[in-house]
Amino acid sequence: MVGELTWQKRLIGLWLPLAGFLVVALFPFTWMAATSLKTNAELYDPTAMPLAIRHPSLVHYIDLLRETNFLTWIANTMLVAVIATGISLLLGSMLAYPLARMRFRGGALLAIAVAITYLIPQTLLFVPMADLIGRLKLGNTLTAVMLTYPTLLVPFIAWLLMGYFKTVPKELEEQAMIDGASRWRAMTRIILPLCLPGFLSAGIFAFTLSQNEFLYALLFLTRSSVRTVPIGVVGELIRGDAFYWGQLMAGALLGSIPVALIYSFFVKYYVAGLTAGAVKG
Amino acid sequence: MSKILEASRAGALAAPARRPFRLGRLGAFMERESVFSWLMLTPPVLFLLAFLGYPFIYGVYLSFFHKEVARTASFVGFDNFVKLYNDPIFWQAVRNTIIFTGVATIVKASGGLGMALVMNQSFKLKSFARAMLLLPFIVPTVLSTVAWQWILDPGMGLFNRLLVVSGLAERGPSWLGTPTMAMISIIMVNTWRGLPFFGISILAGLQTIPVELHESATIDGAGTWGRFRYVTLPSLMPVILIVTVFSIVITFFDFQLVYVLTGGGPANSTHLMATYAYTLSMGAGQMGLGSAVALSMVPVLGLLLVALTFFVRKD
Repeated sequence: MVGELTWQKRLIGLWLPLAGFLVVALFPFTWMAATSLKTNAELYDPTAMPLAIRHPSLVHYIDLLRETNFLTWIANTMLVAVIATGISLLLGSMLAYPLARMRFRGGALLAIAVAITYLIPQTLLFVPMADLIGRLKLGNTLTAVMLTYPTLLVPFIAWLLMGYFKTVPKELEEQAMIDGASRWRAMTRIILPLCLPGFLSAGIFAFTLSQNEFLYALLFLTRSSVRTVPIGVVGELIRGDAFYWGQLMAGALLGSIPVALIYSFFVKYYVAGLTAGAVKG
Repeated sequence: MSKILEASRAGALAAPARRPFRLGRLGAFMERESVFSWLMLTPPVLFLLAFLGYPFIYGVYLSFFHKEVARTASFVGFDNFVKLYNDPIFWQAVRNTIIFTGVATIVKASGGLGMALVMNQSFKLKSFARAMLLLPFIVPTVLSTVAWQWILDPGMGLFNRLLVVSGLAERGPSWLGTPTMAMISIIMVNTWRGLPFFGISILAGLQTIPVELHESATIDGAGTWGRFRYVTLPSLMPVILIVTVFSIVITFFDFQLVYVLTGGGPANSTHLMATYAYTLSMGAGQMGLGSAVALSMVPVLGLLLVALTFFVRKD
């Protein structure tokens, strides 16, 4: 009797709403997969059940890889994301370390300035940024986005890392310096290794944000061979008013897989980064 | 102070064999906290000044100029802002941005609270479920938005096909075709993407609430609702507030979703300030005017954040 009651409680309090949230979160991906695996004849047959596949076919994937530079876009996206993340981690930690652990003139002001950069609209920056990229002769090069993405990532990474840097007791560093280590040595050998989870969180976050960036890539990468996945998919798979839904969904799914895979390996750190500010703050 | 002295003595005793680090005059100078700090800060600060500070100042400067593509800019004072003041599409974009941000944030916050409460129970495969629920937030926005465009397609899209197949409607609505439906649709897609951010963050907040608080509330006679209202919710307020601020900023600046889904249409009815600024600058080539729209975003965002603090204070 009691067991039955708790079972019902679990059903209403847990399983049903959980199923609801999961269905809402995942059905667009199911729809992507179903669409990408159907032939056009089945896809546009109004009598067919929308989510069922009668004759699975890889024709859209084959067309996607044959007719577009899709694999190049994937490679570009990964390369840009890795380099932009690397630059941002380096610059972000150089910014965060003194702000979190040192006392010096102008520190508080700098911390505020870094936080305020969040409030600058990217749409205010893109015209000047395009001008800057043009003058540096970087138009249509991956370098253009490798240099501009860190402007979006560094303030964010610095803020995230500051939280981690602050958690290491100051005594550890003092102890090391008393033992004869320089400030630099104390930092690189003692403090930074302890903050490895912070670097992983910030890195995986920056990586997903780089994969997601759209506006700068849209402006700076107009040649097909240098495009990233989002720009390639929107710019080349939508031809005028014609939507090739099969190929589009194949592209959307394939384009999501690398980031989803990497995320699945580091999900623990991703969640830690996501919630670091919320819980500590 | 004495603690440090003690520590220093202990350190000296503990590691007598290690070769002490010898400081030259330059070395000693570099060891000073402020010198060390600024040496380290210089590269990132210079980088941010060059690639963030300069474009920002140039952007503000542009908003006071009449500037078209490939033409030299001419100073026009506040002309661009006066033009915007008399531009109904600008006000439409402001209104849309506020509605879009406000409604989406409220739905995401309440839905996220629900998701967190459901996820805060113990069950098998919980971390797997959490990873799945976060997927919408991970996948590149443009890609999932293209999928949504296909879901919302009036003829062959999933929603209307399901409506027809299930016999609920003879023909589904035009999800992106009328001003009201298009606004509802962009808010829905933004909510789909952003809800897990609230859910997972609030879940992390829930896990920090000590069990004893709930126990003592139960002893004091609080029921499920009472515990939620007087223990859970107040303890969660700081987390919800921070996540809300973040979400407002991100939602407010959202560009790609509307750019891909509606392009601001039909008839400018879903333009956000961000997409309108882009359209003016890139579509119409009016870079001064576009920059003025973008600059106007800052006070509007400030207004929204102030509104949030008032809302919280009143509570």
